[in-house]
Amino acid sequence: MRYQRRVAAVGLVAAGALLFSACGSDNEGEGGGQAAANAQACGGKQNLRASGSSAQANAMTRFVTTFEQTCEGQTLAYTPSGSGAGRNEFIGGQTDFAGSDAALDGEEVQQAQQRCGSEAWNLPLVFGPIAIAYNLPGVQDLVLDGPTIAKIFNGQVTTWNDPAIAALNPGKQLPAVPIVVNFRSDESGTTENFQNYLNAASNNAYGKEASDSFNGGVGAGARGSQGVADATRNTPNSITYVESSFATRAGLGVAQVINAGGGQPVPLTPQTVGNAIENVAVVGQGNNLVLDLNSLFTTTAPDAYPIALATYEIVCSDYQDDPTGQGVKAFLTTALSPTAQQGLPEAGYVPLPDRFRQRLTDAVNAIQ
Amino acid sequence: MSERIDQRAPSETDSGPASSPGVPAPPPGTRRRPSSRRGETIFRSLTTGSGVLVVAAIAAIGVFLLIQAVPSLLANQADFLTFPSFNTGDPDNLAFGIRDIFLVTMFSSVFALVLAMPIALGVALFLTNYAPRALARPFAYIVDLLAAVPSIIYGLWGILVLAPAILPIAEWLNANLGWIFLFADGNLPVLSGTIFTGGVVLAVMILPIVTAVTREVFAQTPRFQIEAAKALGATRWEVIKMATLPYGRSGYIAGSMLGLGRALGETIAVLIVIRASTSPMGFSLFDGGYTFASLIASAASEFSQPLPTGAYISAGLVLFVLTFIVNALARLIAGGKVNG
Repeated sequence: MRYQRRVAAVGLVAAGALLFSACGSDNEGEGGGQAAANAQACGGKQNLRASGSSAQANAMTRFVTTFEQTCEGQTLAYTPSGSGAGRNEFIGGQTDFAGSDAALDGEEVQQAQQRCGSEAWNLPLVFGPIAIAYNLPGVQDLVLDGPTIAKIFNGQVTTWNDPAIAALNPGKQLPAVPIVVNFRSDESGTTENFQNYLNAASNNAYGKEASDSFNGGVGAGARGSQGVADATRNTPNSITYVESSFATRAGLGVAQVINAGGGQPVPLTPQTVGNAIENVAVVGQGNNLVLDLNSLFTTTAPDAYPIALATYEIVCSDYQDDPTGQGVKAFLTTALSPTAQQGLPEAGYVPLPDRFRQRLTDAVNAIQ
Repeated sequence: MSERIDQRAPSETDSGPASSPGVPAPPPGTRRRPSSRRGETIFRSLTTGSGVLVVAAIAAIGVFLLIQAVPSLLANQADFLTFPSFNTGDPDNLAFGIRDIFLVTMFSSVFALVLAMPIALGVALFLTNYAPRALARPFAYIVDLLAAVPSIIYGLWGILVLAPAILPIAEWLNANLGWIFLFADGNLPVLSGTIFTGGVVLAVMILPIVTAVTREVFAQTPRFQIEAAKALGATRWEVIKMATLPYGRSGYIAGSMLGLGRALGETIAVLIVIRASTSPMGFSLFDGGYTFASLIASAASEFSQPLPTGAYISAGLVLFVLTFIVNALARLIAGGKVNG
């Protein structure tokens, strides 16, 4: 989940960067293509440092590749040390920006402001959808909704032919066998976001605390995204939550989800996740784009897939060191470019929808 | 050790001049003496240093574990020895205990030992008493090679290949012998990725060390005992029973204890194979959970705050002590009989 959100966020930033660069009028080359447009935004500190969320690490790898190709001689070292460590290192001034599953909170806001000498902004650049992946021989296109998913993952619904599931899947032969729940046994932002979704979208049917450990009280744990995907593939009649790329690679079925608006079941595609991102509410002020994720989880927009995790890049709005600001801006601009955004679905993230990307672009352009 | 060297050193230097009074070469003798004495001193301090270094490192590890663990143990709101779960998410409200971890660790390791010991005994006897010489060498080599396989490989093999393969056995045991607590329904909804699966993987992993030690000890069975038994008209099995087994028994047990020590501390393979559960451990081989080592490994990437980290380190301290005890037992048994 974390991964996916981050990717989406990165995509947004990249898009923003693109726009910025397009606006800038340092024409270096004749080519009107993307690379040329991006190149306009290059410059500043050559070796950037960032650290934080591992969920966006794969997106970062892609962005860095694009960044190095676009801006010759410039690079970024991203250390996926975990969101908490990333925020601490940013506040401590060891890194130029942080990747994080959560926005700055509480006293971190003040500390970050001190470090920057200006307001720190949370930019949700990378979004990753979470799939409800299942292995149920003979059943395709399973449909679930928030309350039913919650009841499966807290043990209230225990067999596949339960009326709650049957009601959503008319005409399908659901076997009368127990549901085996596979959960992440390691601490994970995916688990936390998934449980946040369950709490937000289940009309209180979940009723468990959302932390980075699974609290549903049923099932068997497996380590890591690959672990739960493998466990689900090897265990008939099982179900799990996992980043969509892992579900696809393991050949698992991915449930269609009816979002809080009721309506038609929504399959998980970059488009449907993008629809949900377009409608997410921003609670931050101005360019500080802190998201209200509950508005994503409970989206009522048609054709919007509601389960995704968002990851932020936490940056200074005005860097005390000008070359650093310019470098960060160049990187984020590249990350928001279509070139960088294109490859994201392969890595399990979604490209940012246009309007949201524009918004991030505006924010990145305002970094000094 | 240093005492022994001290004793030997003077006696050697004494014997040097004592043996050479007849030879009229005092200048080379005196020249050689200081240099050899200096070499003696350097070598002695090097060996002593190595010995001290190891002991100091072990002591330092113990002290480190203790210092890191104490604050968390004091902040712990649950009983460390009997609480079944390990909740360290909220640093202000730590509640962790090692009951389940201890049980899973012991169940998986002892089960592995129960599986590995007879096989290791058989392999060792085969290699020392039955196998033709031409076969014994390469065969022993192959068994030793098992120890060279990285544990991550064992983990992947265990969960992807072995777990599905032994699932029918687990199902049969559960269905037919479920009334024995060991084979009762566990706290997992599945029968693969349990302590049962993990124990089989561990058994394969500790097989080489148990076999190697046992084989070495059996191979040292005094020739005269074997020949005496043969002279009495003993068959090969009787030779084994009368000479090899009594002589090698303590070595066999010591080797098994070393294997147990390895099983207790095995990390990554166990982490991959044995699945976590949300409910406490019963006393079944079909339970899941964490061992000391796998628990620490699973949380290691999130060690950012001192108190939760200390909680895991306190679990590590228990494992440290446990392994120490097992190894001490092994030494005690081995030292007691083989040499005597």
